Amino acid sequence: MIQPTMERILLSGNEAIALAAKNAGVALGTGYPGTPSTEILENFSELGGKAQWSPNEKVALEVALGAAFAGARALVTMKHVGLNVAADPLFTAAYTGVSGALVVVSADDPGMASSQNEQDNRHYAEAAGVPMLEPSDSQEAYDFTAAAFEISTRWRLPVLLRVTTRICHSKSIVQPRAIPKPEAEPSFVRDIEGRVMIPAYARPAHRKLRAKLAEIAAWNETSDLHQVIAGEKSLGIITSGVSYQHVREAAPQASVLKLGMTYPLPLNRIQVFVESIERSVVIEEGDPYLDHAIRAAGVTVEGKPEMYRFGELNVNRVRRILARDESPEPVPPRGKPPQLCPGCAHRSVFQVLHDLDCIVSGDIGCYTLGVLPPFQAMDTCVCMGASIGAGLGLRHVLPRDQARRVVSVIGDSTFIHSGITGLAEMVYNPPATGHVVIILDNSTTAMTGLQEHPGTGRSLDHSPAHKIEFEDLARSLGIPHVHTLDPVKETDALKDLLQNLLAHEELALVIARRPCILASRKIREYEAAAQQSNAECHYATRET
Amino acid sequence: MPESEPLNHVINVVVAGLGGQGVIKASDILADAVFRAGFDVKKAEVHGMSQRGGSVNSDVRFGPRVFSPMIPDGEADFLVVLAEDQVETNRNRLRANGVLIDPSAIGAAALSNPRTLNVALLGLLSTRLPVEETHWIEALRANLPEKILEINMKAFQAGRTVTR
Repeated sequence: MIQPTMERILLSGNEAIALAAKNAGVALGTGYPGTPSTEILENFSELGGKAQWSPNEKVALEVALGAAFAGARALVTMKHVGLNVAADPLFTAAYTGVSGALVVVSADDPGMASSQNEQDNRHYAEAAGVPMLEPSDSQEAYDFTAAAFEISTRWRLPVLLRVTTRICHSKSIVQPRAIPKPEAEPSFVRDIEGRVMIPAYARPAHRKLRAKLAEIAAWNETSDLHQVIAGEKSLGIITSGVSYQHVREAAPQASVLKLGMTYPLPLNRIQVFVESIERSVVIEEGDPYLDHAIRAAGVTVEGKPEMYRFGELNVNRVRRILARDESPEPVPPRGKPPQLCPGCAHRSVFQVLHDLDCIVSGDIGCYTLGVLPPFQAMDTCVCMGASIGAGLGLRHVLPRDQARRVVSVIGDSTFIHSGITGLAEMVYNPPATGHVVIILDNSTTAMTGLQEHPGTGRSLDHSPAHKIEFEDLARSLGIPHVHTLDPVKETDALKDLLQNLLAHEELALVIARRPCILASRKIREYEAAAQQSNAECHYATRET
Repeated sequence: MPESEPLNHVINVVVAGLGGQGVIKASDILADAVFRAGFDVKKAEVHGMSQRGGSVNSDVRFGPRVFSPMIPDGEADFLVVLAEDQVETNRNRLRANGVLIDPSAIGAAALSNPRTLNVALLGLLSTRLPVEETHWIEALRANLPEKILEINMKAFQAGRTVTR
């Protein structure tokens, strides 16, 4: 556990962001768990910050935005694909702006260590029109979080802090510095034209946003967020984020322009740098975002070959890019792939789905590993919540003998995140063959490291909270068949039930409930602690 | 290597094993020990899906100044492997003449609890690094819960006294 400190300290990027948020006086941190972003809010909570998991990233951003409307500083964290979910409020929050400050952390996963795609969220900054900062190590994760709050406060705009797996999960030394805290307490100030985005108010708001961005671009030309490393004039490198670290090691003699704020870009500064250098190369992970923007501005730079769009960069790959080496790369030996834990309850469910030859519309979580041998019991996995919609689509058009084999499987946290609207769709537009949805309820968000959600009955810090009962929810939606069983203790019953439900061609929800084996001991501890505190509370009440 | 000699290059250590073996814990302790010894240090690993029983590895780099947090393939000075079957998949990380430290160096029988293998191998590694023992002890104390501290201290000492 990290402590609030001003000493030099070894921190992960996620820990550094949390510490900076605490020191910046953030009143509320929200988010939805997602590798590699999850530890930011957990650490912020441990540092004494008010942090809460939302049902999904869209809600998280909206809650944070509300706090920022009220004049507070707010932080919202998510993985890259989470920003797709939260994109709707983000784009219009750029128009409304904020009264306090709002920093949106997008943790991208180039190379897909634990994700379904490797989208490059730098595009979101330009698309939404919000300033973007990219730290290159934990020190900058701290400093740029502070800078993001300062910029957000000054221009009253949401700011995107774009980090990647190697920033979030690498540790390096941080010297924390004092960060100016907000001057005023939250208080509501009416601003109807600024915050109610009907077309008549949104049109001027868009123009105002562009004017702010032009101002920020001018400021960014001379800001201290960028760094020039003077080196040889024969080779200059323009880079940002963790790529900067690889560059310094791969080409210690080169001149380097390291960009800290990568939207809006300091194009004059880039041009001046390029004009002083014989060969200028852009080194960036993922899409050619900087390369395209710089060349579109008429500045001649060299990008990377297409093969380096895929996966993470590292020192050796930067050496190859600089050498214009497009020969096939050495293939690293394959390690042991991840698998469902021995004793995991998902195993029983996937064995049944395999035995019944189901067409399985899957979802995002540990249980996605049901796709691997020996089960191979998953046929689709696209994004959070897609299991239900995609399963329904399959049912609507497949021939009857195939349609009646389709089952959607979704985890408990994923169901809360974006499965509930899928159930609404199911009862509203039921396929002719009905449908069966299984919630794999292990009472935690397992894949990201056992986080709570609205269905566990506990808050981010594991203290008791209201619990959403899936059974009640499903019945209230009008799903005729709702069953709950333990997939380990009642595996045969699960198989019989599924066979029955598939044959009946009606709408059904099966809740396969058994706590994750990694979480069950902790869950018992949380429950015991809650009972203890209840008893003490009761005792105290009686005494008074 | 005594700590008094100035270190003018970066030392690279890869810790590898399987999810649940304490690879990340070992690299946390290592990074903390070298930090306490006054070096610049960076540590990198990948969390998430790989921790479900799959291969896990963690890079620790330290010296006067460290840039990339990731050790380039073929540049590790030390490869500490917690599972024998992970040696071959990680051998490409080691430089020519780099040092491999694997479970056979300790012998499971020497440990009162096999779960302390990660710390025992750190004990062995510690005899090869320019870091005083006190920094290791401080790092162990800072990174392990009280109830398993003593057994890990013993494992660390068992590792330190192994002669190869």
